[in-house]
Amino acid sequence: MKSTREGYGDVLVELGNDRNIVVLDADLSASTYTNKFAKEHPERFFQCGVAEQNMVGMAVGFALSGKTPFVSTFAAFVPSRALDHIRVSVCYNNANVKLASTHAGLTVGEDGATHQAMEDIAALRALPNMKVIVPADYEEAKKAVKAAADTFGPFYIRLGRNKLPEITSPESPFEIGKANVLREGTDVSIIACGIMVSEALKAAEDLEKQGVSAEVINNHSIKPLDYETILNSVNKTGCVVTAEEHQINGGLGSTIAEFLVQNNPVPQEFVAVHDTFGESGKPEELMEKYGLTSKDIVRAVKKVLGRKV
Amino acid sequence: MEGVNFLNDKARTIRRDIIQMISGAKSGHPAGALGMADIFAALYFKILNHKPEEPDWSDRDKLVLSNGHISAVRYSSMARSGYFPVEELKSFRKLNSRLQGHPSYKDLPGVESSSGSLGQGLSIAVGMALASRLDNKESKIYCVVSDGELDEGSSWEAITAANKWKLDNLIAIVDRNKIQISGNSEEIWPLESLKDKFLAYNWDVIEIDGNSMEEILEAFEKAKQIVGKPVVIIAYTVPGKGVSFMENNYEWHGRPPSKEEAKIALEELK
Repeated sequence: MKSTREGYGDVLVELGNDRNIVVLDADLSASTYTNKFAKEHPERFFQCGVAEQNMVGMAVGFALSGKTPFVSTFAAFVPSRALDHIRVSVCYNNANVKLASTHAGLTVGEDGATHQAMEDIAALRALPNMKVIVPADYEEAKKAVKAAADTFGPFYIRLGRNKLPEITSPESPFEIGKANVLREGTDVSIIACGIMVSEALKAAEDLEKQGVSAEVINNHSIKPLDYETILNSVNKTGCVVTAEEHQINGGLGSTIAEFLVQNNPVPQEFVAVHDTFGESGKPEELMEKYGLTSKDIVRAVKKVLGRKV
Repeated sequence: MEGVNFLNDKARTIRRDIIQMISGAKSGHPAGALGMADIFAALYFKILNHKPEEPDWSDRDKLVLSNGHISAVRYSSMARSGYFPVEELKSFRKLNSRLQGHPSYKDLPGVESSSGSLGQGLSIAVGMALASRLDNKESKIYCVVSDGELDEGSSWEAITAANKWKLDNLIAIVDRNKIQISGNSEEIWPLESLKDKFLAYNWDVIEIDGNSMEEILEAFEKAKQIVGKPVVIIAYTVPGKGVSFMENNYEWHGRPPSKEEAKIALEELK
């Protein structure tokens, strides 16, 4: 089992042979794994200290000069610390800057609330030109980073701290703006991203034993959203449960709800953190306490089935 | 080689444009723009290695205007030096214009980055300077910042970065006019001694009368020769320079002159 941040660190080294790639980090490269790139291509690695606003600004300078900068720190610090720079210098310029933040979400664990970014998706998807990708595992993280490098424009790739079960393989498809149906079903659409995809698959297994046929979608591309796949699924199933390691306010669930309410408003339940800060604890304990397990998804499915007209 | 008289003449024209643009739009920021007209005339007509007919020429010097609210001085300088027709200056701040209230990278070739939210441009200039170095270019990266802008902590992050990487292809210019929206800068947010601060960050410092063309030209020549450290030209300018009723009055930071006031100003700038 490997983490999505490992995927990032590993693929950056491969991509790094392209002399246009530069990497910037804010004193966390041993944790974000940009240190691997730094070792191979030291002349294109820029240690920016604990000064995230400047780091993002510098990345813009590189991008406007034809380079492809990858910018890393914890998700707790970028976007929030540098949001104005991201809004004006990155997005308004449509600068080719790739923000790859690690240690997103509750499962950062013992560091506690200040380090548990749970509002980053909400903040960034509100910005025009910004694309938001949340890979579900190591292999998908590699593909996401590579796709971001190959696609012009601002990107946010949300990566986590912990090792995750393998859901995808090197051969499974990945395309920005395309969601992947991992498991077909007819009673409910479970749409998840990041660490919650494997929880969704576990939930679907449990539900099947209870006679409920759940469709599971890996929605790694929050922005741009795969309208077609989502709508096809929901037209079929008639109800939705979204699952994310993020506040209920403004994340994946909200994205889906915004779209569905305009196209096919069906009952939806949100598995997310319900507008509260996190705390110190072991990742599994925190997921339990804050309602982010497969059991919570099962409960949400039963609730939403009850709301079906 | 463009002489002092020629450049002072250009500065005068730029000042007239600024008054006409801002009064025409009924909005804009005259004080800083007028104060910086001499430096912009020097940059666009002498100092910058650039090709107005080829704004994306890969070996050009770059000029980042971080305090984007003084956009009028940049637009006039660009038009007068051949980036776009002077006629277009009339569209300043109007709907669908390429001349947005604060400079827009996506709209106007020749603008190196959008700006307007203070404290960002210098970081961008640092990134450009490093990229230029990676590509072994001779280009200089110029970055204009305002003194009010140095209130922003992010400015000092950029100043540290320039020191870390010893960016001697980076030349910053501080528009030290000692005013900002709410009043006199040293009362609002004291920064003196600005010179000592930059020296403490291992920058070279050149202080000048920012409205003296001779001093401006001498400062840029000196700045271009500096090796091994970034350099800042602290330019003490008169905000509203050239218009008697605007000079040194902070209220003109963001106040457009009325038609009558503009008329008087243009008379003075004949």
